[in-house]
Amino acid sequence: MAHAHSSDTAQHDDHHDQPATGIKRWLFATNHKDIGTMYLVFSLIMFFIGGAMAMIIRAELFKPGLQLVDPVFFNQMTTNHALIMIFGAVMPAFVGLANWMIPMQIGAPDMALPRMNNFSFWILPFAFTLLLSTLLVPGGMAAGGWTLYPPLSLQTGDSFPMLIFAIHMMGASSIMGAINVIVTIMNMRAPGMNLLKMPLFAWSWLITAYLLIAVMPVLAGAITMLLTDRHFGTSFFNAAGGGDPVMFQHIFWFFGHPEVYIMILPGFGIISQVIPAFSRKPLFGYSSMVYATASIAILSFVVWAHHMFTVGMPTAGILFFMYATVLIAVPTGVKVFNWLTTMWRGSMSFETPMLFAVGFIFVFTMGGFTGLILAIMPIDIQLQDTYYVVAHFHYVLVAGSLFSLFAGFYFWVPKWTGRMYDETLGKWHFWLSMIFFNVTFFPMHFLGLAGMPRRIPDYALQFAEFNEIASIGAFGFALSQILFLWIILKVTVLGRGEKAGQCPWDGADTLEWTHLPSPAPYHSFHEQPVVR
Amino acid sequence: MSVTRGDHDSTSRPSAIAWPKALCLAALGAGPLAEANTSDGYNLPPGVTSLSKAIYTLHMEVFWVCVAIAVVVFGVMIYALVKFRHSQGAVPDTTLVHSTKVEIIWTIIPVVILVAMAIPAAKVILFMEDTRNSELSIRVTGYQWKWQYQYMNAGEGVDFFSTLARDSNFARQLKSGIDPKTVPNYLLEVDKPMVIPSGTKVRLLLTSQDVIHAWWVPDFGAKRSVIPGFVNELWFTVDPGKEGIYRGQCAALCGRDHGFMPIVVDVRTPDDFKKWVEEQKAAVKQAAAPGAQPSNAAPPATAQVLPTAAK
Repeated sequence: MAHAHSSDTAQHDDHHDQPATGIKRWLFATNHKDIGTMYLVFSLIMFFIGGAMAMIIRAELFKPGLQLVDPVFFNQMTTNHALIMIFGAVMPAFVGLANWMIPMQIGAPDMALPRMNNFSFWILPFAFTLLLSTLLVPGGMAAGGWTLYPPLSLQTGDSFPMLIFAIHMMGASSIMGAINVIVTIMNMRAPGMNLLKMPLFAWSWLITAYLLIAVMPVLAGAITMLLTDRHFGTSFFNAAGGGDPVMFQHIFWFFGHPEVYIMILPGFGIISQVIPAFSRKPLFGYSSMVYATASIAILSFVVWAHHMFTVGMPTAGILFFMYATVLIAVPTGVKVFNWLTTMWRGSMSFETPMLFAVGFIFVFTMGGFTGLILAIMPIDIQLQDTYYVVAHFHYVLVAGSLFSLFAGFYFWVPKWTGRMYDETLGKWHFWLSMIFFNVTFFPMHFLGLAGMPRRIPDYALQFAEFNEIASIGAFGFALSQILFLWIILKVTVLGRGEKAGQCPWDGADTLEWTHLPSPAPYHSFHEQPVVR
Repeated sequence: MSVTRGDHDSTSRPSAIAWPKALCLAALGAGPLAEANTSDGYNLPPGVTSLSKAIYTLHMEVFWVCVAIAVVVFGVMIYALVKFRHSQGAVPDTTLVHSTKVEIIWTIIPVVILVAMAIPAAKVILFMEDTRNSELSIRVTGYQWKWQYQYMNAGEGVDFFSTLARDSNFARQLKSGIDPKTVPNYLLEVDKPMVIPSGTKVRLLLTSQDVIHAWWVPDFGAKRSVIPGFVNELWFTVDPGKEGIYRGQCAALCGRDHGFMPIVVDVRTPDDFKKWVEEQKAAVKQAAAPGAQPSNAAPPATAQVLPTAAK
């Protein structure tokens, strides 16, 4: 990517503040665009590593019986697939987009804290090198699930402290990224850009950043207690020492549920930019969109125990968490209705970003329905820890977060590179991803309903057909992402594709489209734009 | 296994239903009803307890509500996608940006739907959580990777382990070369199932000796975490007439062999259950007597031989 940017920006007539050359440009990067690019490249690498792990899982599950891997290695793959996709792929990808887009969207020259920005990125390669290197440690990678429930997680081999340290680093990086977003948005908006004029991507990231600051320290506390339980003789979660293994689950999910929204709210923001742009009319219900996002964020703090309905809670607790959980459907519904009404009486065209946005609404709503079903506690008793749950969270995370990221990439890449991506291939990427995603994950609903537990390397024969279909879908999905890699290389490194105008999308009306050329100059705004 | 009982096997798959069904019909004539209780491979099993049926009904209600909402939402979306296309010359109505009335309506309607769903759900929860007046208690202890069943009340003194059946265990080893299709009830068979009487409120007291497990039999609508240092409660009453074999699995990741610690429950009539308890007690006595021969009635529960260990 280095070439693309240096050559693109060199062509531009803005001669101030040229990027440094060579490795220094990246190592000492303080420019929000360079750091954003590094985040995006990093998350893409992690996406393929995590995807490779998913392929091992699906290959083993292709047929009943154990053909390829030992159950311990299988558990290592499920555990690290989740950790890498969550902390390595989805979260850094959204931070990358935040870095690229938030300053441009609010009319700021850069992020508020560029050196911290550099630091928060450069922690990540070390954190994930540490995490991945546990593959070589005696006892192997963590295999107790990404939720790290004790006592099982304490049975991890020598890699355990490495895992904990890696997660601490990821957490520190996320917190720094979040601080940067908040400080930037709060202090560096252009004159006239009051909060309720801010583009929704920036809004959803502002709310996400507060969620990150609120919950990442909680995760850090929980895993530190795990560490001291294992290495320093404490008994926070050790029943034999007077501790409480269920307390870990409460603390973990107090982090874990807001974490789910950390991974989806910025996606909502992207969709809320793409749908109006391609419907050629403004977003319907802008302020209710902001309030709905905030409501979802606030509610996310009081629903955590729905992840653990089977642990044996007081009845009053079960009722509270069930009611709070179903309540989330209300603001989420408002968002979906607003998107649909934005499309209503619009003038829609279906370039790749819009395809992914419409696809997002479809599959995310499906995930919402299964979420509602799972929230009803008696039903959850039958479905907890089955493939139904796997289907549910992949519908909201792959089809939700990932599709929104794809939409964001196709939407903004002309602004980044000054070139249009290959529209034909983009459409192929959408249709292949959409079809194979559903082939992979839709049968998992049936598997879960019929009683297949999740996180098992082998299964009884009545589950064979649907597992075979799911595995075929997964291989197809993976191949579709190699096409995506080619699309990215083509428009960035190879610099192929037609030149993009300042605003290639008819309905896009945020500052990055109205005030900045494509590609955006290395420093976006030398003079603050004034928003009327 | 008594010939008077139908084979209500909870795991028959749709395509493999034919022969157990034929056997049932031959043995008892109770076959057609039997499979209706189990999962058809696509949906939850209605099951054989009042709780599992309540959950099934609740799920179908919520499912159809979701389908109805989906039809409306996706219907509107598809209509819009077809109707309001730039390529068809649609002109955007840029004044359609806000309507307090509409926004209030689509906030209120979901709230009403959710309340309507939550009330029946709360009833089921209150029913499920009522563990009073049980007639038989069994203490279930999870281990990596087997279950221990210790009977109380009428079964006092019966105490055994239940592990994956040997043929499944051979077949499931990495590159065993054994086709799982040749193994009856692959991964869902144990050496010694838990036996309970039908028509009796059975309460399980669940705890673990090592990590967290979860005890789950889908046909009973019963799942609960099995946690070290905690005693969790769970109850079910299998409908009279639904005697048979019911199968489940550990439902919480518990380490290497999480996928290989099935649960098998053999439901018998109360009379047959009493006989079974007497047999078990006699076997225990016989085993305890000096110079006793190993009994066939109570094979050692931990007789799990790994083929790899033999090499």
